[in-house]
Amino acid sequence: MLKFIKHNMDTISGIEIYPIISLLIFFFFFVGLYTWVYTYKKEKITEMSNLPFSDEENNQPFNQ
Amino acid sequence: MEVQQFYYDNKIVKKFLYACIVFGVVGMLVGLLIASMYMFPNLTDGISWLSYGRLRPLHTNAVIFAFVGNAIFAGVYYSLQRLLKARMYSNFLSNVNFWGWQLIIVAAAISLPLGYTSSKEYAELEWPIDIAIAVIWVAFGVNMIGTILKRRERHMYVAIWFYLATFVTVAVLHIFNSLSIPVSGMKSYSVYAGVQDALVQWWYGHNAVAFFLTTPFLGLMYYFLPKAANRPVYSYKLSIIHFWSLIFIYIWAGPHHLLYSALPDWAQNLGVAFSIMLLAPSWGGMINGLLTLRGAWDKVRTDPVLKFFVVAITGYGMATFEGPMLSLKNVNSIAHFTDWIVAHVHVGALAWNGFLTFGMIYWLIPRMTKTTLFSTKLANFHFWIGTLGIILYALPMYVAGFAQASMWKQFNPDGSLVYGNFLETVHAIMPMYWMRAIGGTLFVIGLLVLVYNIIMTVRQGQGIEDELAEAPALQKISKKRLKGEKFHPWLERKPVQLTILATVAILIGGIIQIVPTLMVKSNIPTISTVKPYTPLELEGRDLYIREGCVGCHSQMIRPFRSEVERYGEYSKSGEYVYDHPFLWGSKRTGPDLMRIGGKYSDNWHFNHMWDPQSTSEGSIMPGYKWLFDNEKMDYSDIQKKMEVMVQLGVPYTEEEIAKAYESIEAQSAKIEENLHNDPDFVKSYEDSRKAAAARGEEFVPMKDREITALIAYLQRLGTDIKIKNTTADNSK
Repeated sequence: MLKFIKHNMDTISGIEIYPIISLLIFFFFFVGLYTWVYTYKKEKITEMSNLPFSDEENNQPFNQ
Repeated sequence: MEVQQFYYDNKIVKKFLYACIVFGVVGMLVGLLIASMYMFPNLTDGISWLSYGRLRPLHTNAVIFAFVGNAIFAGVYYSLQRLLKARMYSNFLSNVNFWGWQLIIVAAAISLPLGYTSSKEYAELEWPIDIAIAVIWVAFGVNMIGTILKRRERHMYVAIWFYLATFVTVAVLHIFNSLSIPVSGMKSYSVYAGVQDALVQWWYGHNAVAFFLTTPFLGLMYYFLPKAANRPVYSYKLSIIHFWSLIFIYIWAGPHHLLYSALPDWAQNLGVAFSIMLLAPSWGGMINGLLTLRGAWDKVRTDPVLKFFVVAITGYGMATFEGPMLSLKNVNSIAHFTDWIVAHVHVGALAWNGFLTFGMIYWLIPRMTKTTLFSTKLANFHFWIGTLGIILYALPMYVAGFAQASMWKQFNPDGSLVYGNFLETVHAIMPMYWMRAIGGTLFVIGLLVLVYNIIMTVRQGQGIEDELAEAPALQKISKKRLKGEKFHPWLERKPVQLTILATVAILIGGIIQIVPTLMVKSNIPTISTVKPYTPLELEGRDLYIREGCVGCHSQMIRPFRSEVERYGEYSKSGEYVYDHPFLWGSKRTGPDLMRIGGKYSDNWHFNHMWDPQSTSEGSIMPGYKWLFDNEKMDYSDIQKKMEVMVQLGVPYTEEEIAKAYESIEAQSAKIEENLHNDPDFVKSYEDSRKAAAARGEEFVPMKDREITALIAYLQRLGTDIKIKNTTADNSK
């Protein structure tokens, strides 16, 4: 099985750095993402999740 | 604070909804027609524009771009205005978007049956239509971004991010995959060849699923599901994570469509790894959708809209679990080229896209016509018959897929194939094709019930008018981050920055995958005996493209013992270097054709193309009788075609181009001579010559008809590497 993931692009010089860069991109992307999300204020989240309902007063539900 | 009054544009929503329904019916009826051709291959015998190969792309394009496309626009135009408390930016652009899109659909509905196709899946439309798509898509984007800029709501709800990512990514994908050089008004050649064309195509194909069938619908889910359930989404935080991780990861997964192909291993593995990762955001989104209904499941029992949404989201969950599994190499080696893939895409299309659209229609129309739905009972009936239809469609196709894969791979103890004749594997799954057609019929019946229900609802309701709304104008605040304002809240009120970041997120994956394959020449080892097609073969190849042969026949032998035994030597990437576009195919309804060249006589192909059942009993291939019509094949573009190929790097010499007609004449005369080996041919040829004389028509020799060019191409396929060239020079 390992033959499928080894020795790809081995011939390119300095290739060893690529997987490390990829890992770092991913690591920081998701660390950043979770930092954003978990430092939100609860009220702000509630406010934003209610955005679809902010037009309710002038849009009466007619169904049923 | 000054309160401003304005009108929501409901009329544009209405137009898109009606177009969605009409094209939904058309697209699915075409699907039903081609499904029945599996049982009755000669249903439209002799009518070129109703042949399977030409109708299949019509079906996929109609469902994806007409049915789903119009549903996206309807949902976006409705929700965007309300989420931003603003009318669409420009009525003119809204109408350009609507009428332009419908014109494109009509152009597709005419040009595809006439055989104008680039042959690249879900991007079949020829270059003038491609340009029109780009223009209309940009009109949609400008209209959307304009609306965002003049909004009266500071924060952009998560649905809008999905819309923005959709706009940006589809534009990028469409433009890069459609790059081609025109030969004439409706003919062009892809700028990429072989392996590179395949990689770019499936980078596009996979992400068309991601960013046309998934992200806009996720946006719609995040708006219409809370509205219909009357409660906010389960977790807004999860929706943010869902968005960013989905768009970041999705774009990398394309190569999983090309596992075990001649694509370089590293690209295949990258595709697999990211496909597995994709499971997390996909299921995060599904769970977020389903949990939004927590405490509201009692409503699901009574409200057809919620029923449709629940099955849609469940279908999304199933398809996005199956997708990563299919991208595992060992699973893919079973599923690829079989009907399993057909089942997989239809779970996505029928359940996720279809049912979400139906739920949205049932929710929107009564609201906009200020009435209640004409019949909840009928809507419930639609729900149940539609669900049954999906099950009856998908299950037989799964069984068929496994049956095909197992039979293709089964060996006798002596090392020969148990089912050496491909037709045996076709006959075994005929009952499945029947059941699939019945499942599809049920689904279409459900849709027709929707049509009736909606017509009656609209008739009993009021005319759809623009809707008065009011909201305070947005106060200007600093463009910079406010004191104490976190980065993401700031980003959410800055549409331009958000769009740019989303673009960066999708470009990283695209660039890392595409650029090395295009740039690093050593990725494609050249084979010295692989030479460009002769002019006649090139013209034959264009016929192969025109008739949509690629819809049922692959040209890609994977390096498996079972495939090498059945079809011959496995495919090398170097064999495809002159293939603009590539024709690997994605489905084997019939056998692979990579090494068909030289396997049968010219006469066999001649008889087979006229009446496939005469040479292969029980074949479900239709005849291609119009290729034999008493008309001269049109070779007028051949020199232009070769010149375009030269531009693309195919080494035709000036002499070869100048002598193209002589080359065609010589090669086609040789084929006609070969055909005379068959006494039956000689006899019927004489008969038809007399018949033409009796009708007073000019008789066109067989060598000048289309069939001869096609035979020339088929006999060339895969023969290059068989040439023993003792003076091979691989350094070239």
